[in-house]
Amino acid sequence: MGMLDKKYHDSNIIIVNLESALNWARKNSLWYEQFGLACCAIEMMATAASKYDFDRFGIIPRSSPRQADVMIVAGTVTMKMASRIKRLYEQMSEPRYVISMGSCSNCGGPYWEHGYHVLKGVDKVIPVDVYVPGCPPRPEALLEGFMKLQEKITGETITESKDVKVEAEKVS
Amino acid sequence: MKEQEEIFDYLKEQFGEDTVEFMKGDVGRPWFQFPAVRIKEIAKFLRDTAELRFNTLMCLSGVHYAKEEELGVTYHVHSTTLGHSMAFKVRVPIDQPNVPSVESIWKTADWHEREAMDMVGVMFDDHPNLKRILTPEDWEGYPLRKDYEPQEFYQGMPTTA
Amino acid sequence: MIEEQILETGKDTREMTINMGPQHPSTHGVLRLELVLDGEMVKQCRPNIGYLHRCFEKYAESVEDYAKVIPYTDRMDYVSAMNQEHGYVIALERLLEVEVPERVEYMRVIVAELQRIASHLLGIGTFGLDLGAFTPFLYCFTEREKILSIFEKATGARLLYNYMAVGGLMRDIPKDFKSDTAEFVKTFRPKIKELNDLLSYNKIFIDRTAHIGILPKEVALNYAASGPVLRGSGVEWDLRKNDPYSIYDRFDFEIPVGKGEVGTLGDCWDRYIVRVREMEQSLRIIEQALDGMPDEGDVKEGIPKRIRPKEGEIYTRTETPRGELGYYIISDKGASPYRVKARAPSFVHLSMLPAISKGALIADMVAIVGSIDIVLGEVDR
Repeated sequence: MGMLDKKYHDSNIIIVNLESALNWARKNSLWYEQFGLACCAIEMMATAASKYDFDRFGIIPRSSPRQADVMIVAGTVTMKMASRIKRLYEQMSEPRYVISMGSCSNCGGPYWEHGYHVLKGVDKVIPVDVYVPGCPPRPEALLEGFMKLQEKITGETITESKDVKVEAEKVS
Repeated sequence: MKEQEEIFDYLKEQFGEDTVEFMKGDVGRPWFQFPAVRIKEIAKFLRDTAELRFNTLMCLSGVHYAKEEELGVTYHVHSTTLGHSMAFKVRVPIDQPNVPSVESIWKTADWHEREAMDMVGVMFDDHPNLKRILTPEDWEGYPLRKDYEPQEFYQGMPTTA
Repeated sequence: MIEEQILETGKDTREMTINMGPQHPSTHGVLRLELVLDGEMVKQCRPNIGYLHRCFEKYAESVEDYAKVIPYTDRMDYVSAMNQEHGYVIALERLLEVEVPERVEYMRVIVAELQRIASHLLGIGTFGLDLGAFTPFLYCFTEREKILSIFEKATGARLLYNYMAVGGLMRDIPKDFKSDTAEFVKTFRPKIKELNDLLSYNKIFIDRTAHIGILPKEVALNYAASGPVLRGSGVEWDLRKNDPYSIYDRFDFEIPVGKGEVGTLGDCWDRYIVRVREMEQSLRIIEQALDGMPDEGDVKEGIPKRIRPKEGEIYTRTETPRGELGYYIISDKGASPYRVKARAPSFVHLSMLPAISKGALIADMVAIVGSIDIVLGEVDR
């Protein structure tokens, strides 16, 4: 920076540090993995359609977890499905993020009391970055969830690893 | 198209008074009750005879009667050609819940009987593939029984909050 | 050579078993199909369900009130929520023997038919999307958004409404509901013609759907199919005419039936075109209901204070966009039902899949599953 910055002032060369460039590239092209489970999937499809367009933010759907950056868990997670969600999360390559959309995947939702087959929150099997409340959340709410994820990515640094470290608790 | 009393008289002629019972509650629709061992023969008669022609099985449900300690299966059938419908039940004791399967007569019963086995615990004889359908294969217990307690953990995940 | 290999090793390597789902872009939800393949052709297909089992029947027995079950019925078939509520409140009204005011009946019919159009638009859009046509999906969703904004003004929610109550409605319609709906009906008719030009008679679409997934009439009746799946095989059966409920016997409309126009009778194209033509008939019903609706009346006066039916049981069925939805309710004079069983049309249609998909290619499996139009929320309840 400094003297070099002023020299190329008029031509189209921008000087910026590597972290900002990487974060800017990652947050503006978040490709999500289509993982609609239940009612929230319909709102996710409506957000991707023409009225509340997702594509203008660079967010497009991909079918395979290997090609995706972010997994939107939209809908109720049941016991039968939970092991498959874990396997799909492990198949995504880093850097990877998870958005939990709707009450059912945040905390069990309307099925919290007598639902014997419902997992009360997807964060019991995978780590979650952003929680979007609602039943189902409006498309604008999902877009705000993505804005928050973009803010989180802006503050990331490449010198520290992003994996969640869990310390083993001492059993007395 | 026949009314419920006419169907009752017709079935009484065919099978006798002690096989066919006609019951009703205070509101809603009446139903018939048959013994469990003869259900397959009665179902085939209901489907094939020209007076009744019940060619569609709309619904099959399992019920747990906790006070009498019995399990019941309710069948709702309907005729698309003649326009009438009827409901009938069978009841079996809870420690020997065997009912013959009607899957060979109405193919709808295939998955409905699997669901009744999964939820309530009725065992259907001669069913081609009687396995759990809605809950996982290694689930414990029958969820829709009145005295059901969910298991605490399933494959390491807690079932309560 | 292959016979020698089998004798030596005891293994037959000609057939392969693969999994389609539970995470798959074209299975309309969490459905797992185990396919036994010979090359690309499907020899056997075994559907596995239960990945969205949300214990609806246990909830209906455990909540302390009959009316608290209504939000859970919404969430069974989340694409056509108004029709699910309609079936449940009609069953309870027959059990309680209450009369429903005229204005409420007309309003219920209007929202049920609008919901039918919205559900068919989603079914047609995603069917085209599975086969590779992206533009009709966007057009259908734009029209669906217009219906959802009408519902939002009336009920407050876009997708899961909790609008109908036993004996009435939760709130009255706003002042511009009638004019908005009339405006929508006027602008939607030409859009059906646009959809036909774009998708229905397109040569590639016809090549992918004609002569595929043929469902004969006797098999359909033995499996108790209903709705567009049964009408696509040539059987003229609609519960709104053959077993009328609510005030449907006052309206004049036709029942579209598949005729095998391009292809064989009972194939995927027939089931698709029945849905397109049903949307036109729903527009006719909405116009007649808007004309005949009385302007005076309170929507909440018929709602009973306490819902405690006497002892008895009932089975009621209504026509949803997917087929015949049945509710079997047993009451034992308590505050909550003793047993509620919801008979879902998609559960029955999915059990037919092994019978109609013999000899299909994997790409045809996608077309067959899309043409049956299942929603996993009501398959698993």
